[in-house]
Amino acid sequence: MSEQLPPQGVRLDSGEFTGIDPRIFTTSPARSPQIPTAPRARAGGTVEMTIDGTPVTVPGDFTILEACRAQGVDIPTLCTLSTLTPEGVCRMCVVDTGSRALTPSCSARVGQGMTVWTDNERVRHSRKLVLELLASSVDVDLAGPELPDGSIARYMAEYGADPARFGPPSAPAPAGARDAAEAGHHSAPDGSVAERVAQPVKVDNPLFVRDYAKCILCYKCVEACGSDAQNTFAISVAGRGFAARVSTEFDVGLAESACVFCGNCINVCPTGALMFRSEYELRQAGEWRDEDQSVTRTICPYCGVGCTLELHVQDNRIVKVLSPLDAQVTSGNLCVKGRFGFDFVQVRAKGSDREA
Amino acid sequence: MDLRIADIAASTAEREAVDAYLDPRVGAARGGWDGGERNIETDGRVARGGHEARSHRDLLLPALHALQDRVGWISPGAVAHIARRLTVPPAEIFGVASFYALLSTTERPPAAVHVCDDMACRLAGAEDICRRLEAALGPAGHPNPGEERAWHRSPCLGQCERAPAALFTIAGTPPVRVSTGPIDAPEILARLDDGLRTRADLEALEGPIGTAATPERLERLRRLAPQAGQSGLRLLARVGRVDPTSLADYLANGGYRALGEAVAAGPEHVIAEVIAAEVLGRGGAAFPTGRKWAAARAAEARPKSIVCNADEAEPGTFKDRAILEEDPFALVEAMTIAAFAVGAERGFLYLRGEYPLAEARMLNAIDRAREKGLLGRNILNADLAFDIEIRRGGGAYIAGEETALFESIEGDRPEPRSKPPFPVEVGLFGKPTVINNVETLANLPHILLDGASAYAALGTPGSRGSKLFSLSGHVARPGVYEVPFGTRLGDLIELAGGVRRGHQVKVVNLGGAAGSFVGPDRLHMPLTYEHAKAEGVTIGAGAVVVFDETTDVLDILRRIAEFFRDESCGQCVPCRVGTVRQEELLARLIANRPRGTVADELALLDELGRAMRDASICGLGQTANAAVASGLRVGGLLP
Repeated sequence: MSEQLPPQGVRLDSGEFTGIDPRIFTTSPARSPQIPTAPRARAGGTVEMTIDGTPVTVPGDFTILEACRAQGVDIPTLCTLSTLTPEGVCRMCVVDTGSRALTPSCSARVGQGMTVWTDNERVRHSRKLVLELLASSVDVDLAGPELPDGSIARYMAEYGADPARFGPPSAPAPAGARDAAEAGHHSAPDGSVAERVAQPVKVDNPLFVRDYAKCILCYKCVEACGSDAQNTFAISVAGRGFAARVSTEFDVGLAESACVFCGNCINVCPTGALMFRSEYELRQAGEWRDEDQSVTRTICPYCGVGCTLELHVQDNRIVKVLSPLDAQVTSGNLCVKGRFGFDFVQVRAKGSDREA
Repeated sequence: MDLRIADIAASTAEREAVDAYLDPRVGAARGGWDGGERNIETDGRVARGGHEARSHRDLLLPALHALQDRVGWISPGAVAHIARRLTVPPAEIFGVASFYALLSTTERPPAAVHVCDDMACRLAGAEDICRRLEAALGPAGHPNPGEERAWHRSPCLGQCERAPAALFTIAGTPPVRVSTGPIDAPEILARLDDGLRTRADLEALEGPIGTAATPERLERLRRLAPQAGQSGLRLLARVGRVDPTSLADYLANGGYRALGEAVAAGPEHVIAEVIAAEVLGRGGAAFPTGRKWAAARAAEARPKSIVCNADEAEPGTFKDRAILEEDPFALVEAMTIAAFAVGAERGFLYLRGEYPLAEARMLNAIDRAREKGLLGRNILNADLAFDIEIRRGGGAYIAGEETALFESIEGDRPEPRSKPPFPVEVGLFGKPTVINNVETLANLPHILLDGASAYAALGTPGSRGSKLFSLSGHVARPGVYEVPFGTRLGDLIELAGGVRRGHQVKVVNLGGAAGSFVGPDRLHMPLTYEHAKAEGVTIGAGAVVVFDETTDVLDILRRIAEFFRDESCGQCVPCRVGTVRQEELLARLIANRPRGTVADELALLDELGRAMRDASICGLGQTANAAVASGLRVGGLLP
């Protein structure tokens, strides 16, 4: 997620509206959207531990990941997010605490006298294999540790991951085939190709698409849709093993499901599997240009809650709306209006160069 | 919780199936939907029962079973009905239902057979049965158009002493669920053809209670536990000697004396004895039972639970079935002793869905015990209140992992939790829980009656007592055998009649799919936890599958790789994708089409195995490579 806001907001280049100060859309540096909070209460005092050979003292209720990051130690993560309950499923963040198996640092707590190795051969090996297994089965082109930013490529290089070791990719599954998979026996592979989750994109509504060929099954969307944020429960993980997938009941379309189109799942998706329809269509047309986009922080105009919006703008049009996870009011969550109800901004008066 | 539930009506049969199960348990509370009073004037709705219904999430899996048993699949209308009754989101119900192999979320014929194609059944011609069924009915799981019979491949059904085995599930009222064997394709087809006759025949053959000492029953018993009736047995002492449906018979054969001793001596004494006996968990992990109990007793949160793990799904393992089917009261008593020792009020027996006879016998035993006041309040006039509920698994190996088992009981997808916290602190329903394997619990009465020192006199310093082993494959008399720890592997195989005349042992699988293979050079190995560890193998839950020189071991290894891929829950990356890559790699080796050299492939398999062992969440992923790797090594199978 971009923390660097552009100095200027959206420039309205239509001659019709020159009377409005364009700075209305910028974030005032004088007033932070953050409401100050009391420092997080720390139960249990502090513990002494060793991270990569360095003795440190950290709060006793820290996760190992928090402790390491507080020391400036970089640990790659995919499935963890500050606003969601740690699931500990991607296994990128594993560290060596001397136990029989490696420990997921995102969910395991620190302990007195604990010795943690974050970058030894054992850790690096597992991270490398996790990256290779993911990249050999999922389209990770857009994947980043948090929101899609492609930075998984940096980790692939850093750990020397070579997904091609497992063979050439399999052909995509026909539409619906993965959703029809039942638990139990599958047809035996011949090993000539590495099976992938590749399948056609689900485009069943005007607001966002679901490209499960990009899904690493981090569970974040399920958590955001469920009790971690939205309490809508439109989706769940269904099936099991390699056939496990995020699904509505019986794979019904989102419009028939409980989905309320808040888009909070898009906000937490780290791989671009969940994507604004506007972004998807620009990418399909080859017109998506990250480098030409500005990100403007503003407040949602609809109700009095005051959710923070981050407008992603390309060619003077809003192409997607995210919300910063550290926004105090709703921690990155929006409703359908704030997330998708931006068309009115783009209605231009007749005669302007960009008519609606 | 505000749910959006599709407006799809359930059929009468579906509603009846679900309501017949839920009504006695949820009572008048019919969820936030049916239970709400509508007040037009205030435009309000008073929902009664919403919270109460939500608190019954753990009834989800049994309600799904009720549907599957009655109509043969879980339809969208049925899901909507359960969603309303239990206030569970439909997407989550689908997530749960689609996890289990014995539940179907697509319409299938009511008459189905599940054919075991794992180790012992493969040796006994399972693939031939599958070919014949495919020719007659169409591909597994996809019957020909108009076909009213379905067949499925199944992982090990735990009937290895009578391979090849099959599980019939014929939906209806009442439903038929029977695991049986040995069986061939013509008999399977005949039984599927006539559901009613099959129901009568199979129930006469296998139960549900079937206690009459018919020649068929005695033959079955001799196959299951060839030592039945011999003296000197502990765990199998009553097997074949008592009527497993009669509490009176159990009491006349020493039943409930141990609970009497326990109540007289007090819980601290019981735990001290279990610690002194040094009994190790028999489910495969060999964790000291006494330490587990002491920790659970020390935990403050209430209510505590005792869970008996009877989800015996490790391929080649069927030893718990002998106790469940033939000495069920012993398990009821042992769970009650455990409850007394740790201060637990609730008991759950999580039983695999492929064991319908065991389910009937355990249900009967629990009912008879409750009738006589041996479950319920003031048991033996002591300050002891305890009861046991049976929960049936749905065809998921991973549900035998202890924390996945909790998730399954709670009505969630059986995905293992990260540990710590451990079950003794945060277990079932988030409360302190002791979870023990069937065989572990079956040891308790002997510890209490004979004393810890007498108990520990049997076995070795690192492995006290006796152990049940499930012998199958190329042995003359497969079955469940009880021997003292320290018995040599070769002697155990001899006890089962040895390999066929004129044949030799090629490899032996110890511990099932999660175990490892050893060669004939290890037949001298004493079967103990400490020797196994020193040899770098595991005895796991005691599966011993013997393969003679006629075996295509690569085919067995390919099936094990396939098994792990089928049974992975899919939660963590190393296991979800690693098991797929392992199966693909093995397929290349078998087809002699390696990527690069064979040595390259073996090196890659080793790298894969390390990452799965190091980085997987639970024991399934951590052991998914062990049998394959050891099988390739021991068998000397590759050029």
